[in-house]
Amino acid sequence: MNGFRWRRETPLAGILLLLVVAVSIAQPRFLSPENLRSILLWLPLLVIVALGEMTVILTRGIDVSVGSMLGLSGMMTAMLLRDHPEIPVPVAALFAMAAGGGLGAINGGLVAGVGIPPIVATLATLGIYRGATFLVSGGKQVDDYQLPRALAGWSSDGPFGADIVPYVVWIALLAAVAMQRFLTDSRTGRDWYAIGGDPDGAADRGVAVRPRVFLAYVFSGVGSGLAGLLYASRFGTVNPASIGNGFELLVISATVIGGVSIFGGSGTVAGVLLGSLLLGTISVALAVLNIAETWQSAVYGAVLLAALLADDAMRRRLEREERG
Amino acid sequence: MSKPDGSVLLRTIGLSKAFGSVTVLENADVELRAGEIHAFLGENGAGKSTLAKLIGGIHRPTAGRIERDGRPVTIRNPREAASLGIGLIPQEPRTFPDLSAAENIFVGRLPMRGGRVDWKTLYGRAEELLRTLGVEIDPRRPARGLSVADRQMLELAGALSLDARILLLDETTASLTPGEVGRLGEILRRLRSEGKALVFIGHRMEEIFDLCDRATVLRDGRIVGERRVRETTPDELLRLMVGRAMGEAVTRKKVADGPPILEVVGWSQPPRFRDISFSIRKGEIVGLAGLVGAGRTEIACALFGLSRPTSGEVRIDGRPVEIRSPEDAMRHGMALVPEDRQRQGAFLPLSLRENVTLSSLPRLSGRGWLREDDARSRTTEWVRRLGVRCREIEQPLRQLSGGNQQKIVLAKWLETGPRILLLDEPTRGIDVNAKTEVHRWIAELADQGVATLLISSDLPEVLALSDRVLVLRAGRLVREFAAGEATPEAVIAAAGVTTEATVR
Repeated sequence: MNGFRWRRETPLAGILLLLVVAVSIAQPRFLSPENLRSILLWLPLLVIVALGEMTVILTRGIDVSVGSMLGLSGMMTAMLLRDHPEIPVPVAALFAMAAGGGLGAINGGLVAGVGIPPIVATLATLGIYRGATFLVSGGKQVDDYQLPRALAGWSSDGPFGADIVPYVVWIALLAAVAMQRFLTDSRTGRDWYAIGGDPDGAADRGVAVRPRVFLAYVFSGVGSGLAGLLYASRFGTVNPASIGNGFELLVISATVIGGVSIFGGSGTVAGVLLGSLLLGTISVALAVLNIAETWQSAVYGAVLLAALLADDAMRRRLEREERG
Repeated sequence: MSKPDGSVLLRTIGLSKAFGSVTVLENADVELRAGEIHAFLGENGAGKSTLAKLIGGIHRPTAGRIERDGRPVTIRNPREAASLGIGLIPQEPRTFPDLSAAENIFVGRLPMRGGRVDWKTLYGRAEELLRTLGVEIDPRRPARGLSVADRQMLELAGALSLDARILLLDETTASLTPGEVGRLGEILRRLRSEGKALVFIGHRMEEIFDLCDRATVLRDGRIVGERRVRETTPDELLRLMVGRAMGEAVTRKKVADGPPILEVVGWSQPPRFRDISFSIRKGEIVGLAGLVGAGRTEIACALFGLSRPTSGEVRIDGRPVEIRSPEDAMRHGMALVPEDRQRQGAFLPLSLRENVTLSSLPRLSGRGWLREDDARSRTTEWVRRLGVRCREIEQPLRQLSGGNQQKIVLAKWLETGPRILLLDEPTRGIDVNAKTEVHRWIAELADQGVATLLISSDLPEVLALSDRVLVLRAGRLVREFAAGEATPEAVIAAAGVTTEATVR
């Protein structure tokens, strides 16, 4: 088990290190506290959604609606806090997760219940949820002065008084640790790996495949919902057109770059963290090196393609080894 | 633990299975007894695996019933089979590569404690099971990278962990080394002494006589005999397996002497085949016999450019050629009618016309557009010449019977005007009449000068059609027979069914 993990994730850590060294030589400003902090602030959104996405990909599925789920639940939560500023932020977080979970359950029902291929089902809901975001908001954005101060505090204050590592980062770390435990020690987690390894074989051995797959999409929704709240906390302004728009590209990239096999059954939380860290570093590096923002999605796309090619090469090698 | 008392644990009555229009098992009655190893014997496609899969819940019967301990039962899937104490070990074991060996054994029913997997109990139970089986696999290691034999042991351990009383081993020895076969034999004997009913599917006689108590022989989807192994001989079982004489003799022209069209020299692709050399002349049919896994299909695939040999050479008309892809092979006038029609040769949702013209589209098109009239008239012509029974040429191929589907696959390749025809199990799963027609066609094509390589597990077919018979065994050519001197017994012996020393 360890040998395998080593092979998939060690090169990634190496690439990350190389990138950091190269960018710091080109632009020493890269290692300034402000930049490190902006990488850190970049991460929680991505990590939390990617952890959910990972569960779906483990079952040989894919969820391209995460950006829209983030948008819709983030918008609903922001409106709730605007209209009821007395609600504590942790309660709003629960509301966001429930909203996202509900949207994920619709995806799960379409995939595991109706049997629609994941890419098509979640592509449809990507559009529907985005449209619903405009509908519920009436096309109007929620501005930062309309949101409680405590919400923004999640991204600026930390538990130890100092503001180096804000609450949102701790939340993401906590989510990662919990997910790691869940994947390695719960029956559902182990079943996800079995389903991804051989869906028919898993069904034959008595794994409840459809409920398990359904649950993976719910997880993806819950993560997106929580990230919706974190988005509002980080950026203050929630605009129905921009919240979470195109986020699925980043999330799927981080997951696949982190070594979660797009063919299912294989992947670790550590990999997802590394993949997210790599993307976050790239994003800040692009800014530091004065590369126009318009280039960003092209760069992310290229990195995703490289990760897919690496995954395919890895799969072929493993298959060859298995055949002996 | 129950006594090995020979009581009947499971009985099938009139069990039948058809896939669409193709009947693969008919009216099978069989009894599995405690403390017995029961062999299901037969050539490929005889129905022995189907019978096991019906009992194991992989397939559902189209007719007949199954009784467990005298009570009628319905087995809808492998889980229901498991709950009845029935475990099927497939030839290619199912493995979850990223889970540990222990998890592979207990997948779907991991021991839990307080909502978490109880790893201590899991590893402990897995270790104990593997120890009783006498295999050394670390239960903590991932299943990825384990050998086929080890992965079969995980399946076997899984079945035993469910208290299976009936174990079906489907061609389990086919991909094992002799040492692994010997070890498996010991395990099976021990399970027998514990009162399990075991089914052993295979066709190596020495394994049957070494291991089994009873043998049921199947042929063309029917049970043709049941013998106690102690009271029979390999020859008798072989005669039952091969049985039928050819329905109708096929008359062939004498093959003219002349240079070979196709020559294969020193071809190797370890571990699939090694040092293969043969040639086929114009108008000649060369039969390629051998057991499943001997490398026959692999040679045909390599000839057609689907895989590359590591050494050796192919010559066509005396000139060395490079065949890197099916396109290359077709350019050199080759055609391959593959073994698995449903998955490889036929495009079932497409119409007869689309199937027949698929490999000849460049010739039937002008400026990038298909000439539909030509395509229709060519298809109508083939339907008439091959006597395909159909409603119209635009109906989907799916609606035709197996034999008629096979004629359409044949037509697709004949439309390309091949000089070299590679046939892999051309009559598997089609009825006797269609078989005779296909045989007549193969002979007629050869008479028109087509050089044919005929791969078939149907020995009478190979013997009736071939001018020469080559016998392949474990990837090597071991004998060549001229048409006159090949008898079923001689070919089977050369293929390694009886002569191999007892495996130990």
